[in-house]
Amino acid sequence: MSIGAPLPHESAALHVLGTARYIDDIPTPAGTLHLAFGLSTVAHGTIAAMDLAAVRAAPGVVAVLTAADLPHANDVGPAVADEPLLATGIVHYAGQPVFLVVATSHLAARKAARLGQIDYLPLPAILTIDQALAAGSRYEGGPVVWARGDAGAAIAGAAHVVEGVFETGGQEHFYLEGQAALAVPGEDAMVVHASSQHPTEVQHKVAAALGCPFHAVRVEVRRMGGGFGGKESQGNALAVAAAVAARATGRACKMRYDRDDDMLITGKRHDFRVRYRAGFDADGRLCGVEFTHFMRCGWSQDLSLPVADRAMLHADNAYFIPAMRIESHRLRTHTQSATAFRGFGGPQGMIGIERVLEHGAQVLGIDPLDLRRRNFYAEAGGLSAPPRPPEDILPRQTHYGQEVTDFELGAMVTELEKSADFVARRAEIGRWNSKNRTLKRGIALTPVKFGISFTLTHLNQAGALVQVYADGSVGLSHGGTEMGQGLHRKVGQVAAAAFGIGIEAVRVEATDTAKVPNTSATAASSGTDLNGMAVKAACDTIRGRIAAHLAEAAGVKPQEVHFEGGRVFAGAREMGFAEAVASAYLARISLSAAGFYATPALEWDRKAGRGRPFYYFAYGAAVSEVVIDTLTGENRILRADILHDAGASLNPALDIGQIEGGYVQGAGWLTTEELVWNDEGRLLTHAPSTYKIPASSDRPRIFNVALWPGRNREATIHRSKAVGEPPLMLAISVHQALGAAVAACGPNWPGLAAPATPEAVLAAVARARGA
Amino acid sequence: MQITFLLNGETTTVALTDASLTVLDWLREERGLTGSKEACREGDCGACTVMLTDASGSRAINACITLLPQLHGRALRTIEGIGTAAAPHPVQQALIDHHGSQCGFCTPGIAVALAAAHLNGEADHDAALAGNLCRCTGYAPIIRAAEAAAGALVPEWMQADAAPASLALAAISSGGIGGADSPPALLPESADDLAVWYLAHPDAALVAGGTDLGLTITKALKPLGEAAFLHRCADLQTITETAEEIRIGAGVSIAALLRALAGPQPSFAALLARFASPQIRAMATLGGNIANGSPIADTPPALIALGARLHLRRGDGRREMALEDFYLDYRKQDRAPGEFIEAVTIPARAPNLRVYKLSKRFDQDISALCGAFNVTVQRGRITAARIAFGGMAAVPKRARALEAALIGQVCDEATLAACAPLLAQDFTPISDFRGAAAYRMQAAQNLCLRYARDLAGEAVSVLEVAP
Repeated sequence: MSIGAPLPHESAALHVLGTARYIDDIPTPAGTLHLAFGLSTVAHGTIAAMDLAAVRAAPGVVAVLTAADLPHANDVGPAVADEPLLATGIVHYAGQPVFLVVATSHLAARKAARLGQIDYLPLPAILTIDQALAAGSRYEGGPVVWARGDAGAAIAGAAHVVEGVFETGGQEHFYLEGQAALAVPGEDAMVVHASSQHPTEVQHKVAAALGCPFHAVRVEVRRMGGGFGGKESQGNALAVAAAVAARATGRACKMRYDRDDDMLITGKRHDFRVRYRAGFDADGRLCGVEFTHFMRCGWSQDLSLPVADRAMLHADNAYFIPAMRIESHRLRTHTQSATAFRGFGGPQGMIGIERVLEHGAQVLGIDPLDLRRRNFYAEAGGLSAPPRPPEDILPRQTHYGQEVTDFELGAMVTELEKSADFVARRAEIGRWNSKNRTLKRGIALTPVKFGISFTLTHLNQAGALVQVYADGSVGLSHGGTEMGQGLHRKVGQVAAAAFGIGIEAVRVEATDTAKVPNTSATAASSGTDLNGMAVKAACDTIRGRIAAHLAEAAGVKPQEVHFEGGRVFAGAREMGFAEAVASAYLARISLSAAGFYATPALEWDRKAGRGRPFYYFAYGAAVSEVVIDTLTGENRILRADILHDAGASLNPALDIGQIEGGYVQGAGWLTTEELVWNDEGRLLTHAPSTYKIPASSDRPRIFNVALWPGRNREATIHRSKAVGEPPLMLAISVHQALGAAVAACGPNWPGLAAPATPEAVLAAVARARGA
Repeated sequence: MQITFLLNGETTTVALTDASLTVLDWLREERGLTGSKEACREGDCGACTVMLTDASGSRAINACITLLPQLHGRALRTIEGIGTAAAPHPVQQALIDHHGSQCGFCTPGIAVALAAAHLNGEADHDAALAGNLCRCTGYAPIIRAAEAAAGALVPEWMQADAAPASLALAAISSGGIGGADSPPALLPESADDLAVWYLAHPDAALVAGGTDLGLTITKALKPLGEAAFLHRCADLQTITETAEEIRIGAGVSIAALLRALAGPQPSFAALLARFASPQIRAMATLGGNIANGSPIADTPPALIALGARLHLRRGDGRREMALEDFYLDYRKQDRAPGEFIEAVTIPARAPNLRVYKLSKRFDQDISALCGAFNVTVQRGRITAARIAFGGMAAVPKRARALEAALIGQVCDEATLAACAPLLAQDFTPISDFRGAAAYRMQAAQNLCLRYARDLAGEAVSVLEVAP
């Protein structure tokens, strides 16, 4: 049985041998041309004059295109048409593509792109949250407000009130394979090889740019060298540019961003400010919370609205908050257009309430874990928590009205507390800290509750195409893309299980818009949930046909035909799967089927902030232990213990890989990864020399990860749970542990910033000491 | 210019037309060997890692900032030569078995880095991977794979590069790289060869490791121009130790220096272990790090605190000076046209030397600031002090006011705490993306406390704490 087996990644052997092909590795047709963008050097300005003579004259240059040269749509925006491929008169951020160089080599294109002479008439640049607020520069007209109960009154009547402001930095995706696309012109259609999480959107954008129907553009994605949300919309520009240039020249065109260009042009995780006021009763129960979210969305809308929505949807994390008001400001700034990044606003929303609890624990003098527990949603096993006012809201209803019917963090946290030896270690750390003045350690346990489903309900659909060949081998296509998460392996396991065959008999084809149409982005952790079900539906159809055929011959009912261990059992007959397939073929039975899936039960009104946006919740909890240097702010993660809920895991090895990787990536967001713009709005940290993602030695030396032995209560694919994004937020425990270590330096609220660079830690140490 | 080297065991001769061609571009675009990946083009991510072998052994390097002429007389092994589907290298099989790849893009570089470390019997896998970034896995499964493969035998093909000296090298002329019209270039065999040629070509680039010079090609997109490639000057790569001093040739790699100083200068060696990455240390030279003159270069603060003497050569003329006197202003040094660094001498021992590098990330990062402290204590009193900082001024620089104030004082925390504020007289640091001026000054002063506590035997580094 392939379900639940810890099989390696479907391309593991190709990865390690260096034979896995990424866009830049694909052999190209003779005469292939290469592209580079000329970029804006100012954050906001009118293009007064553009002299591209030197660009055109540079060695190897074949063509130079500006917005005026584009024959059809000049837009690559995923949500609304506010994102021109090439700037039209005004530039909106430093790094915006202004012109496109087509040349005989990648290097020739890059060199020529630097020769453009552009004069700008500067316009006022809105770079910061405060500048955007002052200028009223925002999306959706005004803030989005969701409320339940009267949070202000609840806080006013509370025994304890904490308030503060907390900022978290953005985050560069730093997928190792930069953005890339290759367009090959066909007779009357365009084939695009893209490094994209969303081939269908690439198809749509390319079709609009070429002025042709969708069917005249075929987009193929074999794999990405990492995505993390950064290839949901940010690859559109390269694919469209390559296709337009290919159409203009009649030659294949390839575009890949140099790393600096990639970081200067593309969007990142939204940096975030949250203002909070929270009231606790005498026992430490939250009575009411008011949040104000400020998100710097950048120059175009991109996916910022659903990102900001998801931040609001995760402002409760694991806690029942009877009265809550959230005001969300989506601010337009002259910076890169912030975009999807693993968690999609969830991490920002979640860290806000965790900050409230950290602050509350300090003010109330209650142990932070104890305080968290007192505020958990009611455990699914029963209404174990005592009822709390207001009486008409059960302690399992979120602030947006969805019932949390599967809450299991009470049991998970108890288990983790035990397996991580949390209580004894916390005590030992307290003793250690009292004996060490230079170095201080800290430990924290934080939970994660993450909602699974696209909040744009119609995206929760998927298709698949399964073909059984006459030799019994299976080829399948589905709408999801492979970016390292192991989706193709999991989906392959689903097909292998459906036919009762070994995984080696199943091949997952490159994602291809000509095989499966109208797909959603591989995003929102939904890849396996959606595409696994679609594949299963297709497999079940074919298996049903084979079974009906064999049942007739064997004189049994179709449901009595079994597929197992590469064999098919029909009454007294037993044969190999290939033999059964061959028999069906001769009987003229169709061995190809499409499958489709739409997630049930969703109902969501995003304007009102009410409904059931999520099919279910995924849970996890982590204990992190850290050490800081009180003289320099240097810090290390020493140990992590994680218990995570992947439901009935389809592949525990891949799921643990997502958990380990997500935790370390989240830890990077909250510690070493710092994006710095100068006063003119230019990003200064645009390469790994200046932007520091975690290295090997930054991972915790003791790193215990276990899966919670549960099953999804909802009827997901083999009762598994999505695992792509939730583990990233386990790293909030790292920041809380750093906060605990800082708090050991003095009696005052330290208010540790994020990312907790050495500089930020040293500043927090000073605040803790009252300096 | 023709160069000859082994590529995955096969003798390969290339007629160069462009000295600025990187090994990575040549592999991918000319040879169709696309297993080595480009992800940063600045030697910071390791996706392009390949293995280089010469008389000083085998090690991982970054193909993206290595220039093709640097391969002359050496052996190169790429991921395609590390293992095959039929015969994978043990680290490749272990990476599969332990789920060490997710998106797979960093994986070839990681496999080569691990294979090189495996060949050399290195047991510290984190150190071996300090120059390889992975964004997917969180590294844990990669380390598990490295541990699992550690006991496996080295495949015989990995040892086939051991004798590249047997290459029949074509005589290298000092003519143009791409013929008579292109800029002159030289592959000298000795410092004497270099000295003569450099006098006549004082504007030439000296490519020692090329780890910073490579960036002017890959990032600034500037052609190399006239150049001498120094890797065959064996006489610049010697380390000689007497009872009093250690003389280090300018062409000694940081990796070789790290090995040599582990015993005599442990604190300096600990700093060198955080110098960039193994790939960079394998190529970068001490002379290059000094001559580059960056205010945040890793070695100058330590060398200045040690009282290093710099040996310069111009033609047949030689002179020496204290290293701190070499640095005149931002990226400006006391070096005449045609003059080059031949060697550096440091004291054989300096038991009170401590070097503290502060950066956002521990491995493969550039200092926000770096403090090097070296006091001499006699009968409880400080009799001499050499304290130097990087990242606090336009050049690596001594803290003269602080040093002066310490002389004659008792060497303890009270003294250092009292004198630390004098750093405000010595330095006016700037704010940049590595740190604000206020942080730099506060941390520099706090490093004085750390030094006192360190000398007193107190645990002062987070790296010393085990969970």
